[in-house]
Amino acid sequence: MKQFFSFIKKEFYHIWRDRRTMFILLGMPLAQIIIFGFALTNEVKNESIAILDQSKDAASSQIINKISASRYFNVTALLHNPDEIARTFQTNTARIVLVLPSTFGEDLRHVNKAQVQLVTDASDPNIATTLINYATAIITDYQQSLNSTAVIPYQINVQSRMLYNPQLKGAYSFVPGVMAMVLMLICTMMTAITIVREKETGTMEVMLVSPVQPMKIVMAKAIPYLLLTVVNITNILLLSVFVLDVPINGSLILLTGESILFTITCLSFGLLISSVTDSQQTAMMISMMGLFLPTVMLSGFMFPIENMPLALRIVSNVVPSRWYYEIVVAVMIKGLGISSILKQTLVLSGMTVLLLSLAIKNFKIRLE
Amino acid sequence: MQSVIVNNLSKNYGKEKEIKAVKDVSFDVSPAEIFGIIGPDGAGKTSLFRMLTTLLLPDSGNASVDGSDIVKDFKAIRKKVGYMPGRFSLYQDLSVEENLNFFATIFNTTIEKNYDLIKDIYIQIEPFKKRKAGKLSGGMKQKLALSCALIHRPVVLFLDEPTTGVDAVSRKEFWDMLKRLKQQGITILVSTPYMDEAGLCDRITLMQQGKLLSTGTPTEITGSFKQTILGVKAANMYDLLKDLNAYNAIEDAYAFGEYHHAVMKENSSEEALQKYLEEKGNKELVIQQIKPTIEDSFLRLMKS
Repeated sequence: MKQFFSFIKKEFYHIWRDRRTMFILLGMPLAQIIIFGFALTNEVKNESIAILDQSKDAASSQIINKISASRYFNVTALLHNPDEIARTFQTNTARIVLVLPSTFGEDLRHVNKAQVQLVTDASDPNIATTLINYATAIITDYQQSLNSTAVIPYQINVQSRMLYNPQLKGAYSFVPGVMAMVLMLICTMMTAITIVREKETGTMEVMLVSPVQPMKIVMAKAIPYLLLTVVNITNILLLSVFVLDVPINGSLILLTGESILFTITCLSFGLLISSVTDSQQTAMMISMMGLFLPTVMLSGFMFPIENMPLALRIVSNVVPSRWYYEIVVAVMIKGLGISSILKQTLVLSGMTVLLLSLAIKNFKIRLE
Repeated sequence: MQSVIVNNLSKNYGKEKEIKAVKDVSFDVSPAEIFGIIGPDGAGKTSLFRMLTTLLLPDSGNASVDGSDIVKDFKAIRKKVGYMPGRFSLYQDLSVEENLNFFATIFNTTIEKNYDLIKDIYIQIEPFKKRKAGKLSGGMKQKLALSCALIHRPVVLFLDEPTTGVDAVSRKEFWDMLKRLKQQGITILVSTPYMDEAGLCDRITLMQQGKLLSTGTPTEITGSFKQTILGVKAANMYDLLKDLNAYNAIEDAYAFGEYHHAVMKENSSEEALQKYLEEKGNKELVIQQIKPTIEDSFLRLMKS
C-alpha cells in the first residue's frame, strides 16, 4: 500500500511540474465550454436584417417596427431597389432580406391578402432556416394582431411547447457533448501518453525489474487523472449552471456516478492503448483519431444519430461517448432517473469490463 | 554455488527471428566477483543483460541468477537484483532525493536502512539533493542511478555500460565504488565498450556479434596471447603502418596510441624487421617489445 501511494505521489509530481500540460488539462474544458457557449451557437440573436420596403405605408412600417423591436433582429439596411438584395449578401450586411411589395398595404386592406417575401443567404442552410422561422413567426404574430378584431370562421392555433429546453438553447446539447469530449480526451489520451512515456524514457524498464506488480504501476497512473477529471466535471457543471444557465434537472449524485463510470471506461481505453503502443506519438494519434473524432462526430452531439446512414449508426454503438452523452442529456437536461438510463449504463459497464480485461491481458510484464 | 549461471543462451529478433543478437552464450559468475562483459556497440551486451534481468525471454538456453531461473522465477529475481540500464532511466522531473526515496519505497525499504551501502556514492551528490535529476551532469546522473539500483541491497548488480559518456575522473571513482561494493559481498556484472576497464574486473569475457570470444581473468586472457608484439614508432606513422602491413613476417599490424602494434609470426626477428623498415626509408625508428593488452587479445580474437 505504501508503494502504491508513493507511485501516486510521483504521478502528482509529474503532473504538477509539467505546468503547461496541467494548465491545458484544467483550462481546456473551461475554454471549450465558453467557446461553445458564446461563440459557436446556432441561436438567432441580434441578427442583421435588411428591408426593401416598396410599399411605404402604415402596414409596412408596423411590420418593420415589430421586427426591429424584437431581440432577434436588428435592421441594418433599408434597401431601395431589388438589385441591392444580392449586394447585401455579398457584402455580408445581412443574411436575410424582407421584401414588402409596393401593393402590400393596399392588398392587405382591400383583398385581405398580402404577400411578403423573405430572401436569405442559404450558404449555411441551418441558419437560413432558423432565420426564416423567426421572421415568419414575427410576421404571423403581426397578422394575428390584425385579426384580433375580425372574426374568422375556422382557425387552428398551434400551441407548441419546447420541453426540457423551452428557450431552445444550444448550451443544453453541447454541455453534455463537451463533458463527453473532455473526459475522453483527458482520461484516455493522458493515461495512454504518460504510460508510454515511461516506456520511452526507459523508466518502465527499471520499474519492471522491481518487486512492484506491473499492474500496480499502471493503476497508480490512472488515479491522479481520475481526480483531475472530477475537478474538471465540477468546473464544467459550475460554469454551465452559473454562466450558461443550464440547470441540472436530475440527481447530481447520479450524474457524478455515471461520469465516474465513463471516466473509468476512458481510463481503461487509455490503458489498452498504452499496452499496444511504444511511442507517445502513436499513442496520441490513436487517441485523437480513434476517440476524439468519433466522440465529436458519432456521439450524437454534433449530428443526430438518427439521421446517419445505417453503417454509421451501427458504428456509433461502439463509441462509448455516445452512451455517456445520452446519459448526461437524460439526467442533466431531462431530469430522468436511473431506470431510464439502465441500458446505457449497462452498455458502458460492459465496455469498461471488456476494455479493462483486454488492457490487463495485453499488459507486458517484459520488454517485448 | 555460482551467483550467475548462463547456459547456451540465445536471443533473436525480427519477424523471422533472423537477427541473432546473442548466440549460444555460456558463462558463470562467482559470488562477490566483478565480471566484465567487454565488447563494441552492437555486440549483444544489452540483450544479454535484459535476459538476465528478466526483461526479455531467451529463445533458447537457460540461465539462473542467485539460484532463480530467469524465466520461471522472474518474480524472485526482480526482488533481489539491482539493474542500471545503459540509458539514464530515472525520473528527470523528480529531484535527486525524490528519486532515491521513490526507489527505496518500491523496493519496500528506506534510505536510512541501507544508507551505509550507498553512503560513499550518495555523499557526493547529496549537496544537490534538491536538484532535478534531469539537471545533473553525466557523472552525477550515473552516481544517482547507481544509488537507486543499490538502495535495496541487491544480491547481484547488473550495470549496463555505466561509464559510457562519463569523464575520466568520474569513471575512476565509479570503479573504486564497485570495488567497495564487491567487498560488501555483492556480485557485479558490468558491461563496457572500454578495453582499459577490463583490467579492473576480476574476470572478463569478450563479446563480439553475439558470441563470447574468450572468458577468464584479464591475465589469463592476455596470457593466452603467445606471439610477440612489437611496438613500432617512426617519423611518418602513416607510411610506417603501410610498410608494416606489407611485411610478410607480420601477422597483423594496427595503430595503437603512440606506437603501432605489430603481431609477429613465429619465425620472424626484431632485427629483420628493423632492417626492412630502414630499407623502406622510415626515419627515427623505435622498436620495442610490448606486453599484450586486452585490446590486443580482443583484436586477434575478433580477426580469427
